[in-house]
Amino acid sequence: MTAGITPDAEVIGERGEHLYFALRNPKVVIGLTVVTALLLLGVFGPFFVSADPNEYIGPKSTAPSGEYWLGTTYFGQDVFAQFVHGLRSSYVVGGLGGGIAFVIGLSVGFTAGYRGGIVDELLNMLTNVVLVLPALAVLIVISSYLEVRGVIAQGIIIGLFSWPWVARAVRAQSLTLRNRDYVDLARLTGKRAPQIILKEIMPNMASYLLMTVILLFGGAILFAAMLDFIGLGPTDAVSLGTMMQQSMAWSSLHLGLWWWFVPPGMAITAIVGSLYITNVGLDEVFNPKLREM
Amino acid sequence: MLELENVWKSYRVGALGSKRLTAVRDVSFAIAPGEVLSVVGESGSGKTTIGKMVLQLISVTNGSIRLNGEDITAARHSRRKAYYRRVQGVFQDPFSSYNPIFKADRVLETVRESFFPESKRSEWDGKVERTLLSVGLDPGAVLRKYPHQLSGGQLQRMLIARALLLDIEVLVADEIISMLDASTRIDVLNLLGGLKQRGLGVLFITHDLSLANYISERVIIMRHGAVVEMGATGKVFGDPRHPYSRNLLASVPQLHRKWSDAPTELEALEPDGDRDIAPPPLREVDEDHWAAIGP
Repeated sequence: MTAGITPDAEVIGERGEHLYFALRNPKVVIGLTVVTALLLLGVFGPFFVSADPNEYIGPKSTAPSGEYWLGTTYFGQDVFAQFVHGLRSSYVVGGLGGGIAFVIGLSVGFTAGYRGGIVDELLNMLTNVVLVLPALAVLIVISSYLEVRGVIAQGIIIGLFSWPWVARAVRAQSLTLRNRDYVDLARLTGKRAPQIILKEIMPNMASYLLMTVILLFGGAILFAAMLDFIGLGPTDAVSLGTMMQQSMAWSSLHLGLWWWFVPPGMAITAIVGSLYITNVGLDEVFNPKLREM
Repeated sequence: MLELENVWKSYRVGALGSKRLTAVRDVSFAIAPGEVLSVVGESGSGKTTIGKMVLQLISVTNGSIRLNGEDITAARHSRRKAYYRRVQGVFQDPFSSYNPIFKADRVLETVRESFFPESKRSEWDGKVERTLLSVGLDPGAVLRKYPHQLSGGQLQRMLIARALLLDIEVLVADEIISMLDASTRIDVLNLLGGLKQRGLGVLFITHDLSLANYISERVIIMRHGAVVEMGATGKVFGDPRHPYSRNLLASVPQLHRKWSDAPTELEALEPDGDRDIAPPPLREVDEDHWAAIGP
């Protein structure tokens, strides 16, 4: 093949190509827009409302109005203030839990897959043990032992229990990739194992790792909501899950206070759903066979 | 120059390394400057394992590998890196030797990154260009291209160029032309011939006897991880003493023979026994010709 006949499209390179298709994929665009919009609301919203979302500020049980955008709770708390604070907590839990799981999963997976041998067997054993632990039961036990539970603690706990499947998948991938000759060639160039993992193996899994981040992030938010809803949420903060738990505890459904539980429920659904839609869209971006032309 | 002395390799296999698989048994040989040494043998005979041990990609279980008298087995990272300045390898599959998501000339750039970080950009580019020309590549046609845009022959030449950017003394060529088509093969093979004129030692690993005969001064025939016969190419191929070598030579398809002609009578061979005991010793049957046969 000579220089003259190479079509320009090939010269663009894979990265530019991925960005090109990502920005033209409706699933990716819609998913990211929803997630980003809610993220911005969670980040900047709390600056414009009361710093204490549990403050009793208004009349009890009023429907949404110009003054209280999402109405007030049974006790006269501003639902909108709780909502934006709750969004922030959810993103913190998602980021922290997903981030911790990602880092542990990647470290364990790459070490096991690249080193192989006895290291691999031990790490694999550890992974399998954590994998078969009934995470929910363990989380319930741990959460109930913690006197003061914060959003941070919840994120860390979730992160510590959701890494095994990442580790397994990364291990499997690096097991095959480390046998490629270019890894041997990098070793012959005097590269050390961490450099080889970072510069030779990881770029080959970039698409997979990106999707892992998304799934872990969404999974952590969902798990946090579940814990919150059964009453094991943060004791010193408001989250979307605790809002729903409170509204259920004070029978808002029977009292018709729909504005108390619909926004948090919708927000959780929207965040997790959009993340999954983004994930499906990215799948199409990275796998040309799935692209709609 | 490069010597292997009583090299053994066993792998731990099974749960928690409970079993052992011996791949290379008591192999000793040396490569002199300006010499191509071929290692021939069937699949699983341990020839690739020897190449990987010479390149220190896998550890040596027993024995030593020395470069100019210096034992390099179990060397630390900095010493091993110094060793890689003098010993380099090229592998079988050109398409697997390049990371598919990067441009092909990255293999040359990483050499600069690792070994010549202080060299000036313009000097380095000049050196790359000269080296590419010396392996018969047009720099303009191969630089800044992705691996899939280049042919197997171009990729293999580029890997040889990569090795030549360092001041290597030994090149390990593990089946480097088995994935190339016939017309490109001979060019790459002749390129190896040119290398030995520069005083490089080449460890040429192949399963193809005619290639070994074409290019090498000395040849080693391996079976079940051990050397069965070694010596000057002419003597080993002209007068094979070990039954396995004779079988191997008889199995080479000849251009003017058909399978329907009288089938080759193969001699009975010893089965693969306990690999942990030392293989039968080599006996000098002629000058520079050893075979693992009884007197």
